[in-house]
Formats: sequence, C-alpha cells, structure tokens
Amino acid sequence: MNDLIEILEELHADVDFKNCVTLIDHNILDSFDIITLVADINSEFDVTIPAEEIIPENFNSAKALYALVERLME
Amino acid sequence: MLSNVLEYLEETITKHSEKIAFIGEEYEYTFQQIYDEGQSIGSYLRNQDILKEPVLVYMSRDPRTITAYMGVLYGGNYYVPIDSEMPSSRIDLIIEKLEPRILICDNSTRELAEKLDYDGIIVDFADINRTSIRLDHLSEIRNRMIDTDPMYVVFTSGSTGTPKGVIANHKSVIDYIEQLSVVLEVNDTTVFGNQTPLYLDACMKEVYSTLKYGCTTHIIPKKMFMFPIQLVDYMNQYKINTVCWVVSALTIISSFKVLDKMVPEHLKVVAFGSEVFPIKQFNLWKEALPDAKFINLYGPTEGTGMCTYYVVNRVFEEDKVIPIGVPFKNTDIILITDDNKVADNGEMGEICIRGTSVTMGYFKDKERTNAVYTQNPLNDVYPEIIYRTGDLGKLNEHNELVFVSRKDFQIKHMGHRIELGEIEASANQLNGLVNTCCIYNKVQEKIVLFYVGELASRDIAVGLKEKLPRYMIPNKIIQLDKIPLTPNGKIDRVHLTEMSLKRKRVKK
Repeated sequence: MNDLIEILEELHADVDFKNCVTLIDHNILDSFDIITLVADINSEFDVTIPAEEIIPENFNSAKALYALVERLME
Repeated sequence: MLSNVLEYLEETITKHSEKIAFIGEEYEYTFQQIYDEGQSIGSYLRNQDILKEPVLVYMSRDPRTITAYMGVLYGGNYYVPIDSEMPSSRIDLIIEKLEPRILICDNSTRELAEKLDYDGIIVDFADINRTSIRLDHLSEIRNRMIDTDPMYVVFTSGSTGTPKGVIANHKSVIDYIEQLSVVLEVNDTTVFGNQTPLYLDACMKEVYSTLKYGCTTHIIPKKMFMFPIQLVDYMNQYKINTVCWVVSALTIISSFKVLDKMVPEHLKVVAFGSEVFPIKQFNLWKEALPDAKFINLYGPTEGTGMCTYYVVNRVFEEDKVIPIGVPFKNTDIILITDDNKVADNGEMGEICIRGTSVTMGYFKDKERTNAVYTQNPLNDVYPEIIYRTGDLGKLNEHNELVFVSRKDFQIKHMGHRIELGEIEASANQLNGLVNTCCIYNKVQEKIVLFYVGELASRDIAVGLKEKLPRYMIPNKIIQLDKIPLTPNGKIDRVHLTEMSLKRKRVKK
C-alpha cells in the first residue's frame, strides 16, 4: 500500500491519498494521471491492468486501487 | 458572399430548425433555440449599451455557452471565453488586460465570478436568454458590421507569465470553416463527438461546422476521457461518426488495447492534431478502422485554428512521422530561413502563414504582436502581414510539409500549448525559490521543474496551482543544490533532460 501511495504522491504531492475517497468524483485525477498511474502500477507491481478495470470505481481511492492491484497479483 | 458567421445559423434554421444541434450532459439545444436565445442575448446587450466590446463568457462546457457566443455576436460584440479550469490569478490578468464591462456566467460559475477582481456587470445566462427580441436593434447592429470586425479573443500561454489574447475576426473564421469542412467531409448527417474545451479555438471545428451544415455535436463529458471502455460505449451509443481530437484522447483508447475488444463502429472521419501521433498507436487505429479517413491537422491559434492538413494515404513505419501536409485552400505556408530567404527543397525553415486565416494580433499588445505578425520579408512592394509561428518545418520527398521542432521553449502537452517560460516565471514568484528551470521530458511526456530553494516540492505544487491551469502544473518537481550550467554559462537543459530520464523511482 505504501508503494502505491508513493506513486500517487508523485503525481500530486498536495493530495491526502490515504484518506481521499473521491479522487474521480472531485476531479482530483485527470486523464493524464490515469495513463501515468496505470503505466507506473504495471511496472511497479508487475501486473497488467486491463482496460475493463479502468473504471471510476477502481480509481476513486487509493484503497480501491490497491484492492485492484491485489486482485491482479493473485 | 458570407460576411458574418451568424449567417451559418440563419441559413440552417430555414432547413433544420427543430433538429438538435448540440447535446451536453444536462442540456440540449436545437438550432431554433440557439437562434432565439442568441437574439435575446444580443437584444439584452444592446439594452445595456454594449457594442463592439469584449464580452466575457464564463460558463460550463455545455450548449448554453455556444448560445451565449451567438448572443454576443448578435449584439455586435466579440466573445472572450474564460473557464473554471483557469486559475483565478490567470483570469485576473485577462480581466486587467481587457477591462470588460460585462461578464456572462451560469449557475455553476456565479460564485467564482463574484470573487474575481472585477467590478463590471455580472449577469446570469438564465436571466437574459428570454429578453424580448428587438429585431430593429439587431438589424441596425448587423448593417454596420463588417467581416473584419473581431469575433472572439482566445488567450494563450505567454512566456513572460502574461497570457496573450489572440483576436480573430469573422472573415478568418469563415475562411477556415469553408475549407476545413470540405476536408472533414461534413454534411447534415455528420455526428461530431467533441473533446476539446469550448474556451479554446479548437472547438470551432465542431461548433461552426455544425451551424453551417445543420448536423449534430455531442459534447462528450471530460470524465469519459479517463475511462476508455466507457468512451467507446458512449461513441457507439450516439453513433458518432466524426471526431477532431487531440492525439492523447485517441491514444487513451488504443494504448489500453481497447480496440482489440471493441471499436467505435460508426467512426468514419478521425482528425487529430496538436501533438505528434506515435506511429505504433496510429497503426492500431488504422487497423481497427481500415475504412476511416485519418487526417492530421496543424495550425496555431494565431492562424485561426488549423492551417494545414494531411490525409493519411500510405503506411508509416514506426520510425517515421506523419506529415502536416499541405495548406488549406486560400492559405499559403512559406518556410523562411534565418536570413529571411525561402528555404530550399528539404531545407528547414520557420513555418510562416500567409492568408485570410492570419488573425488580427494580440489584444492591447503592440510589442508582442509586432514581433510575430510581421511584414512578409519576401515582399518589399506593398504591406503584407504574415504570422511567424516559431515552428520549424521542412518539405519531405513527397513535397509534404513536416513539423520538425520549436524554435523556443514552447511545448505541446496533452494537446495544450504551453510556454515553459511561463511555468518558470510563475514558480519564480513563489517565496523561498532561488532559481528554477522547466524542461519537457518528451520520452515520458512529463513536464519537469527543477528548482533551487527552501520550499518542499509539495508546497511548490500547491503554489503553482493558484497561478497556472492544471495542465501546466509540472508532473515532477525536483530539488537541486544548483542548476547545472553549460560552459557558456547558460542553463544546461540537455543535462537536465538526461537527469529527468534517469530519475526513476527506486524499487524497494
């Protein structure tokens, strides 16, 4: 989880990623962030996030995103 | 001959009055509604004695904004869009420059508008779009209008930190739309999917083509461009057949391999521009839509949108670039070398635009206007203004124009035109920063800001968000003990670019 938070903080140093659950709803992440995030997560965790998982629910919070990563790692 | 873009709308309502012109998330407008409410707003402005003036339009991305633009034109004025994506300090600079007397807002921007450093009239679109129409006033206004009257002012990034207001008139927009719509093969069955914001000149492709041909534009919600499968679903649901998107909007679909599973099946015309299309991604699109027409568009805001086009007609290897092609009819491009001569075949030169598409210059800014809107150096017998783009280009073996690079530190990032100098100028205003240098890492497509000073990178990000639009905020902010210099004492940008490439997160 901490690795993921680090990746997120590199995108937006000023956002409280540990607690924010509205990353998409409140327009904190934009399309450039999504592209960067998916690429960074793929290389950091050695997974491939498929297009069908790139949906708002999976990106609204660090927790949801981490749950996705864990699912993919299994 | 056309002399006012409103004639597009007026001709179209004779055939398609009840057809839906623009559809957004919350609102949809028929041509008739745009015509009626546009005339109401025009009448309102006349009642306020506002004529031949800039009118700020501060509204969300929906069909009412386009209606407000028409209203401003009916009133004999020119519109200046501002947007909640712009930070308020940038809007303040625009207001300081324009000194507008009136601002049209909507319910989503009203509060923000009231907080601006501005003491003119603020009026809500919903309070003026039913004003009784005074046809006598409107025709009086129209009779005095000419095609070289300004139509809009769009602000672009300026390297000194002050944005530049590009003024375009009716004549150059009509010239643009007449030529562009032929290349895009627009007709009344066209269904556009709009991606660009309405506060930039980029949206004119859909807006004025729709008004001219009586077709339909779906204003695709911005969020769709984060989630590729939803985006393709949306396009199929609304049978979108024509798009003019920035490259990054197309690659978000292709790079996540969505095209393996589903394609935008109605798409026939795919125009792209503002950035280089990576060939690997382009080929995925070409393969998925073998019968579609792919068009590369090129042009600066100062050339009224787009100036050249290239219809892809051959296969490109991965190490090749897609040309920017040939100028639109009635536009001429000259490649001019440093000693003000025409570049030889294959030689590099500055891309200079000649024609009706050249805009009028920067608002209240003689100095910066005269620097780039110059006398044609090849002509010393009569006054002839050309626009020097600052882009370097050359002709390839097929006699097609190819974009090579910029002369200065202007970049294109996610389709937005950005002066790196403006980011540096804004960062240098933050307390605690000694020196900054901003570079663009083309490989990772990231804006990287290097700085010397006491602030934490987090505080710099927060500080910059108050001054710059979001797309200009550096993607990486890196602290240094000192900025590296070349032996000549200039900032060593090459070295910094290498440093930004090497800095990868260390795996734990």
